[in-house]
Amino acid sequence: MRGFTYARPASAGEAVEMMTRAAGRSPRFFAGGTTLVDLMKLEVEVPGHLIDLTGLSDLAEYDVSSPKELVFGSLARMSDVADDRFVQAHYPALSESLWKAASQQLRNMATLGGNLLQRTRCAYFRDSQYPCNKREPGSGCSAIEGVSRGHAILGTSDHCIAVYPGDFAVALAAFDAVVDTTGPKGARSIPLLDLHLEPGTTPHAETSLASDELITRIRVPVTGAGKGSTYQKIRDRESYAFALTSAAVALDFADDRVKEARIALGGVATKPWRAWSAEQSLVGQPLTEPTARRAGELAFAGARTAPQSAFKVPLGIQTVVDSLMIAQQRALA
Amino acid sequence: MATLPDLLTKTAPPTVAVELEVNGSRHRLDLDPRATLLDALREQIGLHGAKKGCDHGQCGACTVHIDGRRVVSCLSLAVQAQGKRITTIEGIAGADSRLHPMQQAFLDHDAYQCGYCTPGQIMSAIACVQEGHAGSADEIREYMSGNLCRCGAYVGIVAAIQSVAGKEA
Repeated sequence: MRGFTYARPASAGEAVEMMTRAAGRSPRFFAGGTTLVDLMKLEVEVPGHLIDLTGLSDLAEYDVSSPKELVFGSLARMSDVADDRFVQAHYPALSESLWKAASQQLRNMATLGGNLLQRTRCAYFRDSQYPCNKREPGSGCSAIEGVSRGHAILGTSDHCIAVYPGDFAVALAAFDAVVDTTGPKGARSIPLLDLHLEPGTTPHAETSLASDELITRIRVPVTGAGKGSTYQKIRDRESYAFALTSAAVALDFADDRVKEARIALGGVATKPWRAWSAEQSLVGQPLTEPTARRAGELAFAGARTAPQSAFKVPLGIQTVVDSLMIAQQRALA
Repeated sequence: MATLPDLLTKTAPPTVAVELEVNGSRHRLDLDPRATLLDALREQIGLHGAKKGCDHGQCGACTVHIDGRRVVSCLSLAVQAQGKRITTIEGIAGADSRLHPMQQAFLDHDAYQCGYCTPGQIMSAIACVQEGHAGSADEIREYMSGNLCRCGAYVGIVAAIQSVAGKEA
């Protein structure tokens, strides 16, 4: 690990000021450390200055009591929100996306804001002996011609096929969440779906955040589709593994027909991926095995696979079908 | 071009004074900011119970409690643990050196073979029960999945945790 200096601000404002003052020393915001310390040990991340946010207790709180929106401080811990009784009962997809991620030790450390920014698990990205456009712009992509089993099949480019590894952001994408940020230029709000970027020709640019911009809150608009939601995650082992395919689905019904459908995909795309055409195909229809399968097929219509990742299309379709059926049961319960 | 002092700074940053409270005792340390809590425990304080397995947060052998919550100490920076209560496997036995009920349960249920993962398993298991995540064998397996056992003592580990959870229920 390369050397760094360490600072501990007392407020979000001070954290942003510290970031500005340290410009030129590769400063980074630092919270749970579960991604950053790991990548610093591999020297994939080489920050010169760490600004530790974990003392900012006002950002660690969350409030699910408003009739308008759920508000999560960016420093709330994954394990706490996963175990929240209200979230479990009314937005099960959010809770499931959290407890099905990582291990309880990591969830006790990791923050919601940090989790959104978790970096890809692409083995070529994590190993600096291989070319990687994300780690070293212009060096090439080792994954496209390499071991591609775990990689993305949606939102890829000729420069990068690394999968977005997170789960919570996928559930948030389904619920049209918004992230609030603060920075030297003031506060702003970014739709979750605009937070992460497709790789295109610049895979190293992963989010729309400025490097000195700090996520302060994550807001989820209240929806009638919360109760009828689920996050299904298919893995090589049953627990403590990254998704091969996953789906966050939320449904609301009127007269036994789908009134509202929300479908987001994980484990298969370069960013949290919303399956708009799949959703539209269900609205006004009864949810049956055939309509669910049609939606699953539409969700993967644009998939670009490699020989080793072709299995993700049928597996992903089945994941959508199963998720829709589980969501329907919950919605109508 | 980087000057020699720059390079020295990159490899050996100035140390920071850190005070850690471990198992009720305070330790004043002068640490490289890069020191993980695991390395501080093992190399500075001399507590070798928490083990270094993968050193990347994947195996759970380094599990300790910070303010009563289980974490992997290999991904925790020691400077971040200042002002918090750290508990390691060395700190859970009773005042009269009686084993913690979870330690006794691991003995009774043959919940280890080589023992390397065991301190992490026991620290994780104690937290698993305290969190209320030991309601069934399936729930225990889910919430203990961050602790790998290369010897495959999982059947005994689940039985040990169930026996403790059952007594406390």
